[in-house]
Amino acid sequence: MTPAGLTRAAWFPTLLVLCLAVALTFLTLPVVAIFVDSSPGQLIDSLGDPGALDALWLSLRTTATSLGIILLVGTPAAYLLATRSFRGKALVVTLIELPLVLPPAAAGIALLAAVGPSGILGGAIEAAGIELSLATAGVVVALTFVASPFYVRQAMAAFTAVDRSLLDASRTLGMSEAIGFLRVMIPVALPGLAAGAALALGRALGEFGATLMFAGSFRGITQTVPLAIYDRLSTDFDSALALSAVLVAVSAAILLSVKLVRGEALGLAPR
Amino acid sequence: MRAAWWLLLLSCAVLVSDCGDDGGSSGNRTRLVVSAASSMTQALETCAARFGDAENADVKLSFAGSDELAAQIRQGARVDVYAAANTTLPDELYGDDLLEKPVEFATNELVLAVPQSSGVRSVDDVARAGTKVVIGSESVPIGAYTREVLAKLPPGEETAILANVRSNEPDVKGIVGKLAQGAADAGFVYVTDVSASGGELDSIELPQDLEPRVTYGAGVVMRAEQPDLAKKFIDGLTHGACANALRRAGFGPPP
Repeated sequence: MTPAGLTRAAWFPTLLVLCLAVALTFLTLPVVAIFVDSSPGQLIDSLGDPGALDALWLSLRTTATSLGIILLVGTPAAYLLATRSFRGKALVVTLIELPLVLPPAAAGIALLAAVGPSGILGGAIEAAGIELSLATAGVVVALTFVASPFYVRQAMAAFTAVDRSLLDASRTLGMSEAIGFLRVMIPVALPGLAAGAALALGRALGEFGATLMFAGSFRGITQTVPLAIYDRLSTDFDSALALSAVLVAVSAAILLSVKLVRGEALGLAPR
Repeated sequence: MRAAWWLLLLSCAVLVSDCGDDGGSSGNRTRLVVSAASSMTQALETCAARFGDAENADVKLSFAGSDELAAQIRQGARVDVYAAANTTLPDELYGDDLLEKPVEFATNELVLAVPQSSGVRSVDDVARAGTKVVIGSESVPIGAYTREVLAKLPPGEETAILANVRSNEPDVKGIVGKLAQGAADAGFVYVTDVSASGGELDSIELPQDLEPRVTYGAGVVMRAEQPDLAKKFIDGLTHGACANALRRAGFGPPP
């Protein structure tokens, strides 16, 4: 092959490598900067302040509660969608997935319009003595709204992938569908369900816009870690960095666990 | 396959033209970036566009809490004019050589804003247990002014009101939004925010002895790309079209 022929043949792989290098740098640099901009000692010091601890504790409580609700309601709902076919199912699935692509600010306005004090259901919620806006319960509502599609989608796929003969076998053995759901479907689909739960958890942990618009920002009540980061931007950049570092670490751990649960190795050895 | 190539080509073209725009001019117009406090959103939009037409410039307005805008300038954001809802933040930037000497260009007044359904009619009502109050967070000027007002109250009343606070909002838009939605019973905002809310909110004047001195300050950012035009824009804030727009929106003349 002549040198000219070689260059003509090599331009495409070169382009591919170049694009990957650009993408990798662009995506990792900001994350790396969070850790480079502050020493580990500084990070730990900033995390020691009571406001930061309040935010971490609140984020932990609200994401855990919202994940619990998502699992409890989302698992049977996903099972139904995975095992039945009915007229309008595609529409139902699309509607459930909609919050995935909804901008957070639109989600915040939508929640205000639906369950805010002057929203469609506002009167009924108030009459029931439930307080959502400017209350911790409102944070849970916002997190659940934005995060549940991540779980339901993944859970549907997991249930669909289960071999139907397993469920049929359980029926011939005299198990009711409910028992079959609990004892056969959930255990078999568990890796997929766990991955979905982790993705929902990650989304809930990072929720910012809908929370601020719907629930407000108050230390210990509605100020989750992302809101605390925003609050510190102008006054305490180091502390904002420290809280961001925690979120990055937790998010990385979530992503890693999803990969491990799915049985993907990190691929350090070529596959 | 051919479609994919066209798509690639198109996205490259968009990318290049976007970057070109970033370079400072679209067509032959220069670009002036103005970072202004949230409370001036309505007042400045029209007059800034007119200023741009007269000077053959694109005026880009960026509205947010003054503290957040100051933080952006500290982080090296490319801004020409900084107009804040107090004089402290511009003075601090000036002290750190990030802003040329700031000028005072307007004053404002703090009021108690309430949604029409609210039972709150006075500052004393705000201290009643169970009243839901939203205020600005400590770092944004509206929040600092509010705390200044509360500090002038008898200590028991101040504590009672602070105990009623349900949200510390990052800027005045957040406070007005929460009140307009009926999520809270009362909040402290500028009188100009209430008139800009289009009749959604009622304003209750504060007693004269509680009223803080609310002065707006603006300056040319040191690293401005258009320092001369920035200076001209700030002159217009003190006496010119934008000054008139501010007066019409309810801002007072500089002291």
